[in-house]
Amino acid sequence: MAQELMLEEWPGAVFTVTIGATKEEGGSRKHTIKVGGQTALPFLFPEGTMPHRPVIAYEVWDTAPLDWPQELQKTYADTLKDPLSWAEKCVKEYNAKILCVKLQGAHPDFGNKTPDEEAKFIAQLLKRIDVPLIILGCGDDTKDNLVLPACAHAARNERCLIGDAVQDNYKTLTASVLADGHNIIAESPIDINIAKQLNILISDMGLPLERIAINPTIGALGYGLEYAYSIMERARLAALAGDKTVAMPFICFVAAEAWRAKEAKASSAEFPIWGPESERGIAWEAMTAAALIQTGADILVMRHPKAAEKVNNYIDELMQKEQ
Amino acid sequence: MFIIGELINGMYKNIGKAIKEKDKAVIQRCALAQVQAGADALDVNCGPASSNPVSDIQWLAEAIQEVTDRPLAIDSSRPQVIEAGLKALKNKGIINSTTADTEKLNTLVPLAKKYNAKLIGLTISAKGIPQNKDQRLELAANIIGTCVDSGFPLEDLYLDPIVMPVNVAQSQMKDILEAIHEFKIIAEPPVKTIVGLSNVSQGTCARSLINRTFATMAVAFGLDAAILDPLDSELVDALIATELILNKQIYCDSFLTAYRKK
Repeated sequence: MAQELMLEEWPGAVFTVTIGATKEEGGSRKHTIKVGGQTALPFLFPEGTMPHRPVIAYEVWDTAPLDWPQELQKTYADTLKDPLSWAEKCVKEYNAKILCVKLQGAHPDFGNKTPDEEAKFIAQLLKRIDVPLIILGCGDDTKDNLVLPACAHAARNERCLIGDAVQDNYKTLTASVLADGHNIIAESPIDINIAKQLNILISDMGLPLERIAINPTIGALGYGLEYAYSIMERARLAALAGDKTVAMPFICFVAAEAWRAKEAKASSAEFPIWGPESERGIAWEAMTAAALIQTGADILVMRHPKAAEKVNNYIDELMQKEQ
Repeated sequence: MFIIGELINGMYKNIGKAIKEKDKAVIQRCALAQVQAGADALDVNCGPASSNPVSDIQWLAEAIQEVTDRPLAIDSSRPQVIEAGLKALKNKGIINSTTADTEKLNTLVPLAKKYNAKLIGLTISAKGIPQNKDQRLELAANIIGTCVDSGFPLEDLYLDPIVMPVNVAQSQMKDILEAIHEFKIIAEPPVKTIVGLSNVSQGTCARSLINRTFATMAVAFGLDAAILDPLDSELVDALIATELILNKQIYCDSFLTAYRKK
């Protein structure tokens, strides 16, 4: 007897979030990036569609990162001190389709740049590169509430993705994203209940659900990856079953977590048995990303071009199964 | 939980009057109020006083569809009224209802197929109301058999175990709940189950409490849908909480709002 595959039919779908606006749309980007829109679990093409492939956003900072491991420092070398050249390198040399700019330099402990300075930086960046932008604050709520609205305004109508909004601090960012035509990142601490609640709070302020991306907070391989994996899976299953309040694309800060792992950055002198550190960090970043893609990650924020390339090839291979 | 709002029924004074006077605004307000309160679909019944149910049902369906695209359940015991209602629908409709009688089934199952409508099957026959679980299952098997024979998709079939008022048939309550569970295991793919909820509290002095208590129990036994008063917010809240407890919805502090946003 022929085996028949049991196929799941899902009534729901993930919202499609569009990042970037072209000239025709009032912005100045060369292209837009769409994420989400799935009607089934990742890459299960017989069950539904996956209209947009997961994308890799290259991480760029507005200030030279002091604590990035050697392998990353070596790769970007001098450009790390010049954010605009750094961004340009990612686009021109590594073919980045979207950038994720972290305004770390605004942090009171890491430069304390003013909202005005950061807004100018964003304006310059938008002139220098023409791919869509993700803009992240420095993580200090008080400062971010001043800096992010200024940057959102400087990037008005460019339809960026801006974050992160958290349960205790979402109102200022939501209002400015709403006013300047952007999308928002809603962050929850590996907690599906808070993720859902925050989406409702944000949408209650008038921002449509299809302008939210969920940052579920992840752990790297070996550091709680499976918790993030299962939370994302649960949210995605609920979304496909029809719960619109969790039906957003996921953005995962892969590199920030992966390069914190001891296995990624410890020197080979310290652990000779682990092999050369020039390969380990890249592998750690790529493996973390590859796992998250399987549970529905839509945007992977990454740092090392070799890791990004591996993951991009992997995505290509998975997407080919569609045919 | 699939909630079918029961309030557009000519037996209610305001609706009866609106049908008679062809006052669309009253009907549309009632439709929207139910949708906003959480109704997934709306039951439409001209009521016993309608002098021309064939045209009244069409007028009702058209009036409602001007303000909402939620599915409509065409509620009548007369096949010609049902067909008239189905003709007026823009989206997939619901036939409310057929009994387990062969004659009824032979008319309504083909009608449901022809109009690609869902079908509510009552486990009742000309012999009367079933008195226990086994009689309900036997009637259910009749309905399922006819549907299978005529190629009607079982996933579009909703079986109703016939809910009796608790003050009339207290001893049957447990059988009714168990029937809901067992209806789902006698066919593949499993059929859906539905109740006309308000019947359970007919003639009692604590209607809302009895309605929502029975409703939560029925959902725990696998109930998929109910025809009920969605403006009873305590009832809808209880149903939402039930889905939460059964892990059908993800908890969040605003879970009641979240459900109604869906």
